[in-house]
Amino acid sequence: MKTGTRLAIFGLFVALVTLTLAGFDQFGVFAAESESAVDAAASTGYGPAPKLTPDDYPTIAGVNSRVAVWVFAQLHLWFAAFVLAVPIFVFIIEAIGMRTRDKRYDDMAYEFIKVTITAYSLTAILGGLLIFALILFYPHLITYLSTIFKESMFYYALLFFAESAVLYIYYYGWHWLQGGFKKWVHLTLGLMLNAVGTTLMLLANAWLTFMMSPAGVDAAGVFSGDAWAAIHNFLWNPINIHRFVANIAFGGSIVGAYAAFKFLTATAEKERAHYDWMGYNANFIAICALLPLPFAGYYLAAEIYAYSQQMGITLMGGIFAWLFIIQAVLIGTLFLSANYYLWCGMGRSDGAKRYTKYIKYIAIVLVGAFLVWFTPHTLVLTNEELKSLGGPHHTILGPLGIMPAKNTAVNLMILFTALSFMFYRRANKIATVSWVKAGNAVQVALYSAGIVNIMFLGIYHGYFTNTVYKVAASIPQVLTTLVIMVVSITLDSFIYRGAKEVGPLRWGRIPARAQYALFLLAVSFTWLMGLMGYIRSGIRQHWHVLDIMRDASPDAFTPTLGYAANVVSVAAIIFMAMVIFVFWIAQVGSNKTLPAGYWKE
Amino acid sequence: MRQFLAVVAFTLLTIGFFAGYSNFGIPQIEPAPPPKEEKLDLSSMTMDQFIALGERLFNGKGTCTLCHNALGRAPMLGTIADAVPKRLKDPRYTGEAGDIEEYLIESLVEPSVFVVAGFGKKGTNDTESPMPDVSGGSIGLSEAEVAAVVAYLQDSGGAEVTVEIPQDIDEEGDDEEEGEAREAVNDPKKLMAMFTCDACHMINGVGGDVGPNLSKIGANRDRAYLRRAILDPNAEIATGFEADMMPADMGEQIYVKELEVLVDYLAGLK
Repeated sequence: MKTGTRLAIFGLFVALVTLTLAGFDQFGVFAAESESAVDAAASTGYGPAPKLTPDDYPTIAGVNSRVAVWVFAQLHLWFAAFVLAVPIFVFIIEAIGMRTRDKRYDDMAYEFIKVTITAYSLTAILGGLLIFALILFYPHLITYLSTIFKESMFYYALLFFAESAVLYIYYYGWHWLQGGFKKWVHLTLGLMLNAVGTTLMLLANAWLTFMMSPAGVDAAGVFSGDAWAAIHNFLWNPINIHRFVANIAFGGSIVGAYAAFKFLTATAEKERAHYDWMGYNANFIAICALLPLPFAGYYLAAEIYAYSQQMGITLMGGIFAWLFIIQAVLIGTLFLSANYYLWCGMGRSDGAKRYTKYIKYIAIVLVGAFLVWFTPHTLVLTNEELKSLGGPHHTILGPLGIMPAKNTAVNLMILFTALSFMFYRRANKIATVSWVKAGNAVQVALYSAGIVNIMFLGIYHGYFTNTVYKVAASIPQVLTTLVIMVVSITLDSFIYRGAKEVGPLRWGRIPARAQYALFLLAVSFTWLMGLMGYIRSGIRQHWHVLDIMRDASPDAFTPTLGYAANVVSVAAIIFMAMVIFVFWIAQVGSNKTLPAGYWKE
Repeated sequence: MRQFLAVVAFTLLTIGFFAGYSNFGIPQIEPAPPPKEEKLDLSSMTMDQFIALGERLFNGKGTCTLCHNALGRAPMLGTIADAVPKRLKDPRYTGEAGDIEEYLIESLVEPSVFVVAGFGKKGTNDTESPMPDVSGGSIGLSEAEVAAVVAYLQDSGGAEVTVEIPQDIDEEGDDEEEGEAREAVNDPKKLMAMFTCDACHMINGVGGDVGPNLSKIGANRDRAYLRRAILDPNAEIATGFEADMMPADMGEQIYVKELEVLVDYLAGLK
């Protein structure tokens, strides 16, 4: 996709939004229905949210409107997450390369950005498809939203010019802007790329969070004219934080899959070593973002609950409750595959043998924590089973289905993943400081005390408090985990200051099956993002804009989890096929054919 | 190429596993369809039926039991008769109600006029209630429905039922639904949800206990009985239950085809 085509798509997008806005004013589709709405409309110049009927939703034979919008939105989101995340860590890796003057970092950063360049075009194309689908199938919704967000939508479209310009200079100027001041210019371009990309994400997040927690409008949906209030709605920042962190983890996992594939198909040892190193770094990025992600998710859920108790209960205790059991399978898969990759990677060092005996215990804890997270709150039982169990919850195992147990499980998963990483870092080093034994004792004491504290908080709040206090364990548990991680990493850096190396790390000495852990990480992350996208949107139930604009389309019902999973799966397969295309096209550029006798000498 | 195919197969298998687990590993709960405005025929309704309607709304469309339940998310409402007079005198009360009926109406549409200690929104020092206005937003109870809920709360809370059945209320949504035929529903579980049967009847551990448990109704009752029980619920009252609790106008609400779907389903519960 050439720049010209991309610009044409966005020109079309801007034109469509402008026409839609003009159409809104011209045809006056919103009829004020109550006196207060009429008054509000008169004072602000805006109408109330339209009350729709099924006839207000155009259809196209053979196309399910909701599924079409759903799939386009999801595909656009996956690519957008990828292309927004990669420049973040490319910027960091480039800066590390500048500081260490190790060219390998610069080469790796370039290869990461090369992979994403085609993905930018696909992001734009899918964004265009999404806006077309919305205008075609949900014209009144997009009209209403664009009335409120007209400025931000307009500047959003224009920002893509800035994004494209900076990206192309950043990518094509990589080898030109090398050394001294030029390199600083290049790094600044990377920073600008991230600033523009993040602004784009924040604007798009405002529109979707407005649909969940509308602000700047009254109960009838009459817009006050305060665009900032609508943007800065209740759930905007919680979503911003969650998406920012999740995007990095997702982007890391996708480039990890790229490196894994290149490793598997590499023929030369040097090439295998390079892609092994690249895969390790990608996995490191994914894990670094994966560790705080449950906390960001918890914060988002708590804010959803704070905004609307009803929406919170629908999320965690209603029909979506079973979705979190599926999520448990995926999170378990993510943690296990990330840890498995680390354990396999310890084979790169001859000194790793000292730590391999502990791996089985970490694996046991991870599986145990996964099983706790996997335990549902309410069981679907027959009458006989109910009678024999004495109720819908088991006396001992029942509390494993509620939040204190889940929080305990996820904190332990995070802590033991951090422990895996610590062993990996130590594998090739021998500490030389005199107080190494005391330092190790402090590490053991720190982890032991932290684990006891997390377990105590979970058991106490899970078994010995009533419902409203059960979530109280979460914050001290999270703080415990964070304190352990920060203190232990800091302490370890002192213990291993000036440490001897066991030997050179043998990049490339890793079994092929470890690469499949990277694929598993990427596929699981993709699928999980799709699933969580469904729940984020689904908790609005039959509302386009919660409590303000009702969805009157035939598809206003909430689908079953199986149905949602099938849509997500099909979309994930399409995404993976497109990603393979992106990877393939990234290497086609470096292929050269010299057709003998074809050209005149 | 072999590696490429292996990776593709691995990816498809992984996605297939997640999809398979989501379809077959967990129960497929059919969410209730979006709520519809009920057409209320208040003119022929007795007070008992009006209270029963209030109970249905309390357990169903009003979504009250999401929080007002034994889990302690919101205060229990069984002691209204004693509690309300004290609340009206409480200095924290900011409303204008003069009696229980007015207080209940007020608390349904302006829940923050009095917040029971410990149940306010976090950080508001019990000055703001997390409860939404039930007449707006996603609950959207009509004036008559609010009155029915108040009648139920008075009755279940030990207070005298003073609320009157509204007779001259123009129910919103009537115009839209009049003369508009809906499509017949073929799924018995959707029918049960649509007519909020589970608000009063329990099936396999789910539902209320105002009416008889239907978990094994098919083992004891034949189809003719079930059909009659739906169309004319007072024709025969199950032991231990009261008359006039179930809506008597099911025959006007349910299609013949739907009635047979429902009877088939109930007859199969053995």
